[in-house]
Amino acid sequence: MSEIPKELSYAKTHEWVGNDGDGTVTVGITEFAQSSLGDLVFVELPKVGDKFGAGDVVTVVESVKASSDIYAPVDGEIVEINEELADSPERVNEDPFGEGWLFKMTVNETEHLDTLLDADAYAAIVEEEQD
Amino acid sequence: MLKHTPLYDQHVALNAKLMNVAGWELPLEYSSQIAEHLAVRESAGMFDISHLRPVDVTGPGARDFLRRLLATDVARIDTVGAALYACMLNTHGGVVDDMIVYHLAQDWYRLVPNALTGEKDQAWIQSQARDFDVEVVEREDLALIAVQGPSACAQVAAVLDDTLADAMNTLDRFMATSDGETVIGRTGFTGEDGLELMLASGKAVSVWKALLDGGMTAAGFGARNTLRLEAGLNRYGYDMDEDTSPAECNLGALVDLDDDDRHFVGREAVLMEAEQGVRHRLIGLLLEDDGVMRDKAAVREPARDDGRLDVSAGDAQGRVTTGSYSPILGASIALARVPAAWADQAQLEVHIHDAWQSARVVVPPFVRLGESCIEG
Repeated sequence: MSEIPKELSYAKTHEWVGNDGDGTVTVGITEFAQSSLGDLVFVELPKVGDKFGAGDVVTVVESVKASSDIYAPVDGEIVEINEELADSPERVNEDPFGEGWLFKMTVNETEHLDTLLDADAYAAIVEEEQD
Repeated sequence: MLKHTPLYDQHVALNAKLMNVAGWELPLEYSSQIAEHLAVRESAGMFDISHLRPVDVTGPGARDFLRRLLATDVARIDTVGAALYACMLNTHGGVVDDMIVYHLAQDWYRLVPNALTGEKDQAWIQSQARDFDVEVVEREDLALIAVQGPSACAQVAAVLDDTLADAMNTLDRFMATSDGETVIGRTGFTGEDGLELMLASGKAVSVWKALLDGGMTAAGFGARNTLRLEAGLNRYGYDMDEDTSPAECNLGALVDLDDDDRHFVGREAVLMEAEQGVRHRLIGLLLEDDGVMRDKAAVREPARDDGRLDVSAGDAQGRVTTGSYSPILGASIALARVPAAWADQAQLEVHIHDAWQSARVVVPPFVRLGESCIEG
């Protein structure tokens, strides 16, 4: 069973969302997502200051075998990106919930956070996709 | 229901991520396909390739039969113990398969075809054999393990009995030895030194386990694909198929035409193509920026500032046949089928995520014995 930390929220599109408590969230992809993608080779990231609506494609990550779109979980603006991933995309595979974080963004509408999935709801999605 | 090789339980025990390889359930990767790829280039890795069924051709007519069946002349391996990379064509001159042919003993050749067209290949070979004094037997009882990399030979020697190990140590590249049951060839599909072991299934399991105990890295088909791509080797169904001539997929050198009396299958078609001109070429591409070229991506000549040659993806005349990533080069590489005239271009453009990216045209291989072959 893939790891799904309880303190995080999740999107159906396999992003995890960590509430940083100061009006921003950290976003990454889940253990299940990195396992499905396989070894990542390029992780393009947005620029600080870029603005997105919830559900917009923020960026694309490339693994050896596939590309995958990464979606904004909330309306907001990018405030920080994980620059280590330019040289070490494998961090996303090795530590998807920690050092493999992708970007941080502001949260314009806190209601969006409420529409995200909790760990149990996300676990159900993963189980369905694994069958 | 997918088929299992004799080593299936070993893959499950190692928690391999499994995939469908032409109807067989085989490992995509055990941990990370890039790590497995690098292990092969830096020390060694082993692959279960038991889905490739060897075909034994025995009898007094074996040599004559193979000289008719294959576009590559087995007269090149009249020395017992020699092996040959060969191709087999249909009557239209299209590639049915590529393979290694081993001359194991007087009147005993073994073919290990690469393609997984299985039954179709078998039926074709059997029908061609009817006019010759030969027996053609598919060896379903064997398991095959490929051990590839600079330390492959040393690690295999350590787990074999002394007689077999000694025989193995005398092998040059493209030579094989047999103790009557086990056949070992110093051959491979990765561009590295290494061995292909053909064993009775029970023995294959014990050899696999012994190699693992000795620290060997198990490697899956993800790594196998990126390794052979770096080595510039074709994959059937992607870079070549029945509608591709050898000249169109970098196998022109495998076709032996010098003996006019050798009427191998496809000879007339090959000669006709040489007269009329080869229409396509298979070239190498290297993406110099970030991004990955994917299978079937469109390829076009560079668009010009005046807008000419700004061909859409749908109209582009070139196509990526295998697109992936080279862990050694740290960049995307590909094989692509393009109009023959484009092979002389220095740059072409590949369609990626709705945009055209520039790629350098490269003559394969991209990597040889672990080192980049690319200048600059």
